[in-house]
Parts: sequence; C-alpha cells; structure tokens
Amino acid sequence: MTGVYLEGRSWLHRLPAWVKLVCLAVMSMLLFPVTDLTLLAGALAGTLSIYASLGRSALAALTALRPVFFLLVCLLLFHLVLGSLATGLVMLLRLVCLVLLASIVSLTTRLDDMIDALAPVLRPAELVGLSRRRLALAIALVLRFAPQLAAAGGQLGAAYRARTGRRGGLRLVAPLALQALNTADHVAEAIAARGGVDPRPVDPAPLTRRPM
Amino acid sequence: MSKTMTADRSLVHIAIYAAMIGALGLLPPFSLPMLGGVPITAQTLGVMLAGTMLGPVRGALAVLLFLFVVALGMPLLAGGRGGLGVFAGPSVGFLIGWPIGAFVCGLMMQAMRAASTFTAALVSAFVGGILVMYAFGIPGLSLMTDLTLGQAALGVLIYLPGDTLKAFATAVIVRAVERGRPDAVLTRQ
Repeated sequence: MTGVYLEGRSWLHRLPAWVKLVCLAVMSMLLFPVTDLTLLAGALAGTLSIYASLGRSALAALTALRPVFFLLVCLLLFHLVLGSLATGLVMLLRLVCLVLLASIVSLTTRLDDMIDALAPVLRPAELVGLSRRRLALAIALVLRFAPQLAAAGGQLGAAYRARTGRRGGLRLVAPLALQALNTADHVAEAIAARGGVDPRPVDPAPLTRRPM
Repeated sequence: MSKTMTADRSLVHIAIYAAMIGALGLLPPFSLPMLGGVPITAQTLGVMLAGTMLGPVRGALAVLLFLFVVALGMPLLAGGRGGLGVFAGPSVGFLIGWPIGAFVCGLMMQAMRAASTFTAALVSAFVGGILVMYAFGIPGLSLMTDLTLGQAALGVLIYLPGDTLKAFATAVIVRAVERGRPDAVLTRQ
C-alpha cells in the first residue's frame, strides 16, 4: 500500500528526515502560543508557499486533508455559537498551520527514511528486547494485512447485503475478527516454520552454500 | 495470560490487531439516524477489542504500533488520514488516550474474571474505551481549540451514543469470538 508520500525531487525531498522533524517540532512549539491573527495569517501564507514550491501535486494533496478541515470548521462554528469568534479564528488558523506543516514532512519523506530518523526515539524499546528486526516485521505485517482485512470486510459486507438487502455495519466485525485471528495463526506458523523472527545463530557455512 | 503464547506469536497477534484497527477505519463509516447522520467509524471499536481480547500490555502495544504506522505516513486513520499531520489536529488527545484506553480495557477484563464475558467486556469497553479516552480527548480538544473543558466536553457529547453502541458491540464480538475461538480471548485464560 502507498502512504501519503509524494514522489518527487524537490528541495524538501532532499533534506534529511531528521532535519525536517526537528524543524517541525521547533515550528510547532513556536506557533502554539501565538494568538496574533496577522502573525498566524503570515505563518499560513508561508506554509502555503512551501506547498506551492513543491509543485501542483503537493497542492492537490491538500484535498486529502478535507476531513480535518471539516472538523475545524465545525469547531469554528461552535466557537461562533459561544460568541468567541476571534478565539475561534486564532484556533482555526493555528491548527491549519500545524496540520499543514506536519503534513509537508510526511509528503516529502519516504517510509524507510522516516523509520531511520525515528530509530533514536526507539532506542529505549530495544533495551527491553524489541529488536529493529521485530519492529520492522511488525510494521510490514500491518502494511500487508490492513488492506487485506479491509478487503475481507468489504466482501463480508457485500455478502451480507446480497443475503439481506441491508448494510451489515457492526455485525460484520465478529466474523472479520475471526478471519483476522486465523490469519494471525497462519502467519505465526509460517514464521515458526522458518525458525522464528530472531533465528538462532547457526553455522555460517551451510548459509553461504545455500542462500535464502 | 496464556503460557503457550511465544514471543513470536505474540508479535504477530499484536501486528494483526493493529492491522485490524486500520481495516476498521477503512471500512465505510456508518451513520446513526438519531444523530442526524454524524458519521461514525468502527476504528475505536478496534481499540476496545485489542484491549479486551489481547490484554493490557499486548493491547496497548497493538494500538501503539498502529499509531506508529500512521505517524510514518500510512493513511490508516478513519477517512484515509495519515502522516504526522493527524497528531497536530484537534483530536490528538483522543489518539494519546487510545493506547491507555486499550491498557485499561485489558486490566479491567482481567480483573473481572468472575463476571460473564459479556458483562466483563461491556464494562471494560465502557471504562477503557469511553471514560479513559474521553479523559484524554476532552482536555486535548480544549487545549488545541481554546475551548473551555466544559465546552469541549459538550462538543464531544455527540460521539457518546456511537461510542456506547461500540462498547455493546465489543461485548457481543468478544463473546462471539470466545465461542468460536476460546483460545483467542487471552484475557479469559
């Protein structure tokens, strides 16, 4: 499955992932306490110009953020009803800025670069026995099985509708959970059959004769 | 906790539950007519299920893994959202509350071994999946949007009927899974 990453060679794509993450953290901390509308409008204009510098595809990616904007407009209306329109506008501009800035990092950083950049954060997890290998496998399993389980859910829904003419809704989750558990058993057996996630060190000679 | 569960099996179960939370978010949202059609996704149902079925530690790890994959840029959050942007949005408090909610779900489930599976799962999902999540979500919303705590709580109220329905659904599903696969409900062993 493909993430929100946008193929490209812009200046932001070339910037190391950790630099982008540090910049994002600093910008978020600077922006959060700002309550001045003109300053926030300037920040938003700056953010949008970064999008513009990435080209048309980045501007098109903004449409993927529609659900967040919808929620923000609802919150603005809520502020309006409560009679605090100015606070609402500050909130709206600030959050749009923060969301857009964070999205830029995701749009311009490949998945493996992001994992590498986050590795220092995961160092404590390695101390309690979570090896890079196990984490990588866990991520790969999620990426592999989330779309498959969603497709299985879609099939269960289609079958239910064919039988009853109604939408299945939450009724589909129990059979889906059972399918997921069966899948988990198959995968666990397959991993055990291959010697486990962290194979014990073996005599290297047979490995060199018979590559995996 | 099951003694037969090896570390590798445990890892696979955690990952499959994380995938399940993602899959539930990709399913089309259903809307409750009594709410004027506010769309509700089954995603937090996945969080409640992870806690009640996998137990506190594995359940919380499954949710953390899911959130990590979302942070890496995978559009697995309901509505096809993903990337770091979701953690800058107004609902970030709820996302922080998810793993803790799953943890509490698992703890409650283990503490209520004497109760029937249905009752234990219903109470666990309600406390962990609603009370705990709201305890993080409402202050988060208030902080991010300059609403007072009371106003934020009022705004979140529209999700309460849907979440209550999901707590009931959790209880029904855990009981159904327990009948089909008694070994899969790790909190009842």
